[in-house]
Amino acid sequence: MSGSPFKDDNKNKAGPNIMKPLSRRSFMKGVFAASAASAVSLKAPFVHASDTLRIGFISPQTGPLAVFAEPDDFTMMQIFQKIKNGVEIDGRRHDVEVIYKDSQSNPSRAATVTAELILKDGVDLVVASSTPATCNPVADQCELYGVPCITNDAPWQPYFFGRNGDPKTGFDWTFHFFWGLEDVVGSFSNLWQQIPTSKAIGTLWPNDEDGNAWGNSDRGFPPVLKQKGFEVIDRGRFQTPINDFSSFISEFRRNDVDIVTGVIAPPDFANFWNQAGQMGFQPKVVTVAKATEFPQAVRAFGERAEGLTVELMWSPSHPFKSSLTGQTARELANDYMATTSRPWTMPLGLKHALFEVAIDVLQRAGSKDPEVIRDAIKATKLDTIVGPVDFQNGPVPSVGKTPLVSGQWQKRGKDLDLVIVENSQAPMIPVEAELLPIQYKS
Amino acid sequence: MLETIIQGILLGGLYCIFALGLSLMFGVMRLTNIALGDQIIISGFIAIGMATVLGFNVLWIGLLLLPIAYISGFCFQGWVLNRTLSKDPLPSLVVTFGLSIVIQNTLQMVFGANPRSLDVGSLSTAGVELSPSLTVGVLPLIIFVSAIVCTFGLQWLFAHTAIGRSFRAVSDDREVAELMGLSAKRVFATATGLAFCLIALAGWFQGMRTTVSPSDGPSLLLFAFEAVIIGGMGSFWGTFLGAMVLGVTQQVGFHYDPGWGIWFGHLVFIVVLFIKPNGLFPKTKG
Repeated sequence: MSGSPFKDDNKNKAGPNIMKPLSRRSFMKGVFAASAASAVSLKAPFVHASDTLRIGFISPQTGPLAVFAEPDDFTMMQIFQKIKNGVEIDGRRHDVEVIYKDSQSNPSRAATVTAELILKDGVDLVVASSTPATCNPVADQCELYGVPCITNDAPWQPYFFGRNGDPKTGFDWTFHFFWGLEDVVGSFSNLWQQIPTSKAIGTLWPNDEDGNAWGNSDRGFPPVLKQKGFEVIDRGRFQTPINDFSSFISEFRRNDVDIVTGVIAPPDFANFWNQAGQMGFQPKVVTVAKATEFPQAVRAFGERAEGLTVELMWSPSHPFKSSLTGQTARELANDYMATTSRPWTMPLGLKHALFEVAIDVLQRAGSKDPEVIRDAIKATKLDTIVGPVDFQNGPVPSVGKTPLVSGQWQKRGKDLDLVIVENSQAPMIPVEAELLPIQYKS
Repeated sequence: MLETIIQGILLGGLYCIFALGLSLMFGVMRLTNIALGDQIIISGFIAIGMATVLGFNVLWIGLLLLPIAYISGFCFQGWVLNRTLSKDPLPSLVVTFGLSIVIQNTLQMVFGANPRSLDVGSLSTAGVELSPSLTVGVLPLIIFVSAIVCTFGLQWLFAHTAIGRSFRAVSDDREVAELMGLSAKRVFATATGLAFCLIALAGWFQGMRTTVSPSDGPSLLLFAFEAVIIGGMGSFWGTFLGAMVLGVTQQVGFHYDPGWGIWFGHLVFIVVLFIKPNGLFPKTKG
């Protein structure tokens, strides 16, 4: 199988040289090129090419999800440094090639480029990251073609149940590591019990994958919150983006809401938060996922970002180390900030961890055989920069869980920093500060 | 209910600012500017860039933005859009559609994918208390007042000035207007320059009231488009009222169920198209 594509490749390379209209000189050149090419074609399958391990990497470089791909260039550079001289497996050097494709934030595009990676580039392993819109279509294609695949940065429920996974058997070829809804529900509800409030929670859950999952009355937030004695003011799902939140704010104010939560994009949150100020609505705790996850986005809120809380899947304070570079989380973040002069961002840790697992798997597999690679993924036990990755002890087969805590944007010196304030779901990550109610200037 | 209507009218003011540029370009050149949303976003980014680099007050940034917008609109029409104008509306649609993609990707290349906003300090959260249960934001009020001023200004410009007369002339009959010595291309370029000023204003406000990021544009176009269609093509008070209708209906929808807000807006849009295909207050035909 693996020999034939290379032969075809070389035929194509030699072809145009021979077909050129001939002068004496170009004829000589042509023959030379053809012979050179054929010489390579003899050697290639046995010495070089078959040893090259190819990793296909899909990420939303452009479109609305592009903010997740901000650290990609940096991560690719780090990986390139690591693999430019090949990877040693059982005493032999193997070349490793990473082929990077853009999903354009579009699920059907993600599926198309995955199929290209598999069929045209002949990749041995596919990795992808950033939201179910990227992970799910990529994993579906890999499952279809029987190519091993590792993904992260999407809660495991939409990944697993969104692809009709069977909790008994899991998937054959595709694996995922991240936290799940149970972590975010557990972490947030503990967080909100830390300070005295009216116990009334106003919610901003839009009509999309995340909003529907979080607001689900069986598996989402509402049952847990009711059990813990909170009152949930949920006005129902809504279409985003919306330009006006005044109807939400009046309702929240009428119900004496002290805690606001939700999962909405930065422009929607900026709207909500400005209008809340305009209308004199002053909740004590605001825990909105998505909008305040990215430091750059938080900068856009200026002073008004102080005190906001958010789920934290990776931060420079996480007590983990990279298995690839040996950097601690803090060192990785500092390296990123020094190299790119941008603030650190959570996907940085996840992208890094994705390649940690990929390289570790290829090293242990030591073969291009997809089944060997697949079994190597299954057997993964690796301490990555986002925590231990292990596909054996997950909530369902094919899924490994990484820890989740909650953080708050607090003033440290002149700048705002995201500090860990809650760790009930992941006690190995230490708490750095106490939760503070949001302060308002009168 | 009073609060809902007032908030709806304020929202309408925002939509009106978005829509006026579109209405102007359509009124004079019969040209639908698909890149409108992205042009609003790029104006926001330029304003933010200038604020970061020059460190000026937001007000000065706004004043600086207008001449830049006018010149770029004038050049864009003169060099690009004028070549696409013909009886066939397709070339200009395709060009502006392409421009929309180019703007999104250029912005992402230059600024990255992160959302940004114009820092206006306490203005972003300032409110006026109308009654103990009713407070409205100062910024939405400013936007609403600007919408009225712009609409009034445009209508006055069209009715009472020489430029306005030339706009109407080339819009009514380009060939005859040219026979009378008007350069239609120059008039078109002036109109687009003016439209870009309105777009820049919208971008400036958008950067102040929320965040802008490179892929936000297309969703802004939709509401602007609906406001223009509901109001009727080519009439500025029509656009203003169309925006009000859209804002208030959305707000009434939100009041009953947050899932209905945007949907109510679309419903009204379809109903208007069905009953009065030319819009509520049409000035131009076809």
